[in-house]
Amino acid sequence: MAKANVTFEDINVTVSVPAGTRVIEISEKVGAGITYGCREGDCGTCIMKVTEGWQNLSEPSVLEDKVLRENMAGKHNRLACQAQVLGGTISVKPA
Amino acid sequence: MAEPPVISDNREPLTAIGLSERVYWIGAFDPDLRTFDIILKTANGTTYNAYLIRGSRGVAIVDTVKEGFADDFFARLESVADYSEIKVIVLNHLEPDHTGALPELMKRAPQAQLYISQKAQSMLKALLKQDELNFTPVLTGDRVSLGDCSLEFLHTPYLHWPDTQCTYLPEEKILFSGDVFGCHFCDTRLFNDQTGDFRFSFEYYYAHIMRPFKDYVIRALDLIDPLKPQLIAPTHGPILRDRPMRYIQRYRDMSQPSLTTDRHPGEKTLLIFYISSYGNTRRMAEAVYAGAMSIPGVRVSLYDLEVGEVSPFIDLIEDADGLLFGTPTINGDAVKPIWDLLSSLTVVSLKNKLGGVFGSYGWSGEAVGLVEDRLRGLKLRVPVKGLRVKLIPTDEELTNCTRFGRELAEELMGLRKAKVVDFADLA
Repeated sequence: MAKANVTFEDINVTVSVPAGTRVIEISEKVGAGITYGCREGDCGTCIMKVTEGWQNLSEPSVLEDKVLRENMAGKHNRLACQAQVLGGTISVKPA
Repeated sequence: MAEPPVISDNREPLTAIGLSERVYWIGAFDPDLRTFDIILKTANGTTYNAYLIRGSRGVAIVDTVKEGFADDFFARLESVADYSEIKVIVLNHLEPDHTGALPELMKRAPQAQLYISQKAQSMLKALLKQDELNFTPVLTGDRVSLGDCSLEFLHTPYLHWPDTQCTYLPEEKILFSGDVFGCHFCDTRLFNDQTGDFRFSFEYYYAHIMRPFKDYVIRALDLIDPLKPQLIAPTHGPILRDRPMRYIQRYRDMSQPSLTTDRHPGEKTLLIFYISSYGNTRRMAEAVYAGAMSIPGVRVSLYDLEVGEVSPFIDLIEDADGLLFGTPTINGDAVKPIWDLLSSLTVVSLKNKLGGVFGSYGWSGEAVGLVEDRLRGLKLRVPVKGLRVKLIPTDEELTNCTRFGRELAEELMGLRKAKVVDFADLA
């Protein structure tokens, strides 16, 4: 199975994960500081900043785009509960 | 033609109060309020300040009042304008004490265009519960003309909600500041050169409402300062027409760190708070303390919460780089003094401070995980998994505590090595 390496900058830990895993699942298990609320892409609590490997995450859905817009999210912000890792190297931190 | 002012029993006619030839206060007095928003006390009530600006091509309303005071607001509005004249409604802040009369105002002046901050859009929809809403989101630099005068918007988020903005009337040099520069103080004389002494209320309001957002306050002051407003019209408390720049300077002073002496350049501060039933968590705390102190450049302090009052710690915590908590587990939970401290920190910003938790337990040891979750919820970084010891710590376990303290101090100094783990190995 394809793997990806996700670095959580706030706790200085890199996790090797199978492709397809949602960032929030990893963040929760490793104890990184990306907090969450609904886990359904609605509340915007889990907005994170992707500092590297933006293209190695799944494309944001129409719903995610809407929530990001409403929260005036920056260019490289994503919802951790929606973004799935596809492969390669990715670095994130709480927004 | 405006209707005559409403007269209620035993009260003066409710009329607008002029700030200038074209600007009026149309708010409401609430002298009986004692608790505001659950968290704030007020010894003599508050005011809900709303304003009306008359331009040559229409009237603007800036903010409204709490719902129960809508009659006062409408009576004062009607004393100086017809609803048909209202062209613009500006909402500097959408909290219900300023938008309570908005739905009714929109019914009475359906032609008026709403101006709100960019960040207020989703809140407005949640507030009004209407699918079809017509409004204009604005940012710094946007303006709306009223003919011979205009309103300019300043994007000042997080003062004290994400949606907050200020509105400036350059022709009069009046700043409609929303909750910024406001306070809960009710005095019908209304202007700061005539009211009683509200200095305490002004500072108390800042300490409870604006303090968590000091960085945003400074950014907002950098926008406001160059305007040199001659009058500041906030949404609560006295209108600041006598030397308003003093209040801007006071906000700048209060936005500096509370503790400014005796801190060496480059030094990091780490505070360890613990509480202990039988001395076990205390022994852990002392080992963590010793470990942290072994790293040069970290100033470590150890505090027993059993005899410490919460409030003096808040200034220390605001200024600290890292916070560690040692708590036993009693009946599946952390103990009350820990929660009391953690629930008192909403008045300061904790974002990106380092956090860590440890503690001794007898049965199941839930406290450490619960407090770690709370720290993450408060936006602290929790880079090292919490340390739990069943009952009395052994020498080996105390060595682990020392290592825990050292690792966290290294993290503070940027010396800790990056870790790589496999997802399958995470619990």
